Amino acid sequence: MLPEIGLGLLWLAAALAGLQLLAGGLSLTANGKGMAGIVRPVAMVQGVLAAAALGILIWLFVETDLSVKLVAENSHSAKPLMFKIAGTWGNHEGSMLLWVTVMGLGGAFVAAVERRLPEPTMMATLAGQAFVSLGFYAFLLFASNPFARLYPVPEDGNGLNPLLQDPGLAFHPPTLYLGYVGLSIAFSFAIGALITRQVGPDFARAMRPWVLGAWIFLTVGITAGSYWAYYVLGWGGWWFWDPVENASLMPWLAATALLHSASVLAARNALRAWTVMLGVVAFSMSMVGTFLVRSGILTSVHAFAVDPRRGGFILALLAIYIGGALLLFALRAATVTEGERFAITSREGALVFNNVMLSSILGITLIGTLYPLFTEAMGTKVSVGPPYFTPVSAMFAVPMFVVLLFGPMLRWRRDKFSRISPLLALPLVVAIAAGGWALAMGVRHVLPLLGLALGPALVVASFLPLRGRSVLRAPLSLWGMVIAHAGIGVALFGMASDSAFTVERLVAAKVGEVNQVGPWSIKLAEVAPIAGPNWTAMEGVLKARYDGGAEATLRPQSRTFWAPLQTNAVSALKTRWNGQLYTVLGDETLSDKGESRWQLRLWWKPYVPLIWIGGLLVALGGGLALLSRVAQDLKRRIARRKGDHRRDEVTALVQGDTVRGDAA
Amino acid sequence: MAVRAKHQRLVLLGIALVALIGAGLLATWALRSQASYFYVPADMAANPPEADRAVRLGGMVERGSMKNAPDGITVNFIVTDGKARIPVRFAGIRPALFVEGSGVVAEGKLGPDGTFVADNLLAKHDEKYVPREMKDMQQARKAIENTK
Repeated sequence: MLPEIGLGLLWLAAALAGLQLLAGGLSLTANGKGMAGIVRPVAMVQGVLAAAALGILIWLFVETDLSVKLVAENSHSAKPLMFKIAGTWGNHEGSMLLWVTVMGLGGAFVAAVERRLPEPTMMATLAGQAFVSLGFYAFLLFASNPFARLYPVPEDGNGLNPLLQDPGLAFHPPTLYLGYVGLSIAFSFAIGALITRQVGPDFARAMRPWVLGAWIFLTVGITAGSYWAYYVLGWGGWWFWDPVENASLMPWLAATALLHSASVLAARNALRAWTVMLGVVAFSMSMVGTFLVRSGILTSVHAFAVDPRRGGFILALLAIYIGGALLLFALRAATVTEGERFAITSREGALVFNNVMLSSILGITLIGTLYPLFTEAMGTKVSVGPPYFTPVSAMFAVPMFVVLLFGPMLRWRRDKFSRISPLLALPLVVAIAAGGWALAMGVRHVLPLLGLALGPALVVASFLPLRGRSVLRAPLSLWGMVIAHAGIGVALFGMASDSAFTVERLVAAKVGEVNQVGPWSIKLAEVAPIAGPNWTAMEGVLKARYDGGAEATLRPQSRTFWAPLQTNAVSALKTRWNGQLYTVLGDETLSDKGESRWQLRLWWKPYVPLIWIGGLLVALGGGLALLSRVAQDLKRRIARRKGDHRRDEVTALVQGDTVRGDAA
Repeated sequence: MAVRAKHQRLVLLGIALVALIGAGLLATWALRSQASYFYVPADMAANPPEADRAVRLGGMVERGSMKNAPDGITVNFIVTDGKARIPVRFAGIRPALFVEGSGVVAEGKLGPDGTFVADNLLAKHDEKYVPREMKDMQQARKAIENTK
């Protein structure tokens, strides 16, 4: 009965989205003004209904109700509870339900709290949000029903892909989806503003916290996904330029550009059409990412949908939304009047540079990701990897980082370079010192060298905008910017360290043998079988010493899951302040004399954790900025309410006077 | 230095277009030299890729061809599609389902001695997650099995 209730709730939510679109659209016409009152409540109820449907699906997974096809195909009664819950979105249908739920709740949230925009723009925005939701409801109901029943009911479920049985999975998809779908709100704002021709600072100020929120989730999601790939896949890399990774990077690049251009629009009323355009592009990239990942065009742990009809469905949605939005943009862009002017050396100029570079990186990532699909259609199979992406994106990233050294110090509208050039001496000295240190350490490749020099310089330079201010009294949003930019420098240093300093050893070790990797000496103490709730494993016990110091124990495993039957390596890491030791246990091989040996892969990765620490700092900076915007907004609301209250009192008094006067 | 142009918007648009078109051209040029092509053994024997070019080789691991080197980490085997046989060398931890008679996609470079030196092996992960190229090789596998 429960699955049918879930399906019913979904239909109801879809119907409400239809009503929201209709009422929101009608309220913009001369005769339909009366409809405006119901749009906000409808949006809120729609979000709650979608969330209830997701809640029911989660409950079915927790109960392991095998009469539901989705549960039988993707779950197993012996799975730990956390992975039963997380398994709800570890499959195509469940992840799409999560998508519409996040989208519905996002719309509900906007409807509940957003009061800054003129009411017609708000109605157009909510109608736009409903329009996008409707497409995804249709996709769920017609092509990927999560509540479909299975008959006969099987003995037990198929289980979840072991690669996905990791705590990271519980958070990674919801985090990324909050980011993706948060950008749908920016998209709806852009559509709403285009429809009512209200592109201005107010629009940017209303949109900015939503973009900021989405961007924080994307940053956290990408950082977590990168760390997950690093330690679960056991390949020791943190970014592979895999299409599914690019699918999350592209919306992030667009959102980063949007965040910066929205701040220009909010502060200086410039870059109007460009900001609206980026709002459309950012969510388009989310949908392109979903299409790439979910359509089955790519094979990966993410490609759940093998049904080609689903790929076609997403492609059609993509065409309608992106095509429609671009058409609306083309029709309306000319009526968006030109914003304020500014000089090239100004804060605006630096931010335009940031936007153009980010868009270029987005462009080359998109081209490189789609290229194999095009050539395959032509009959040639190719794959595009790091040899393309890394140098080509660096050509745009490096100039962007150089401008980031001084851009935040420039004044709005017009500035002189000579004013800030004395301040640049400090980051310059740091860059030269760091570069010299890297050269002395034997780094000879250009990109790692640049990264090692620029990273620390960026960290120092990002604090310069605080100069001359009381550190405690500087606004929170300024601190947010400082920390986010410093995080970029920290992450850059970690990335460059990975390619510059990583040492790797691949050995076949006898039990008792000691191997050296970098400053570490590592002894294979024993290899023993061990069992978990739904797996058995061979576990290596490694005794590692850093430079003759205290002994640390690492336990890499080679795990065999039995539902479904599959083996994968679980790496073991030891983190120090200056880097990470990374170990993987491989197969048993016999030497010529018949002695047993175990394959071991050992990496010493100096400073590599800085990549993710940097990523989290970037997100933290975003969080501080968001906090400050929300606090400002609350303060203004309270002030306005007080003001309104006082005016009412005054009006009442004055009216009282007039009435008395009239009587007299 | 202020932009005195009458339409700053056009100037900005021009800059953005130049950068984006530049990025596009750069991307196309780089793709031509950096994309790694996919070969089956027959292609590679007939038309070998130039040395130092990263490519992918896909086929079946020939039965009885897998030999472990004395160092315990290097494995030599032969990849075949029923028409040609290419010797492959790989040093590293092998994927779990990498066995004789099964499909494999090797990423690496063709050495001057005609041995393909792989730096990564992609094998079937489980029934659901099969490398894309490998799905197309099901027919090749059937052809090989029929000849036995």
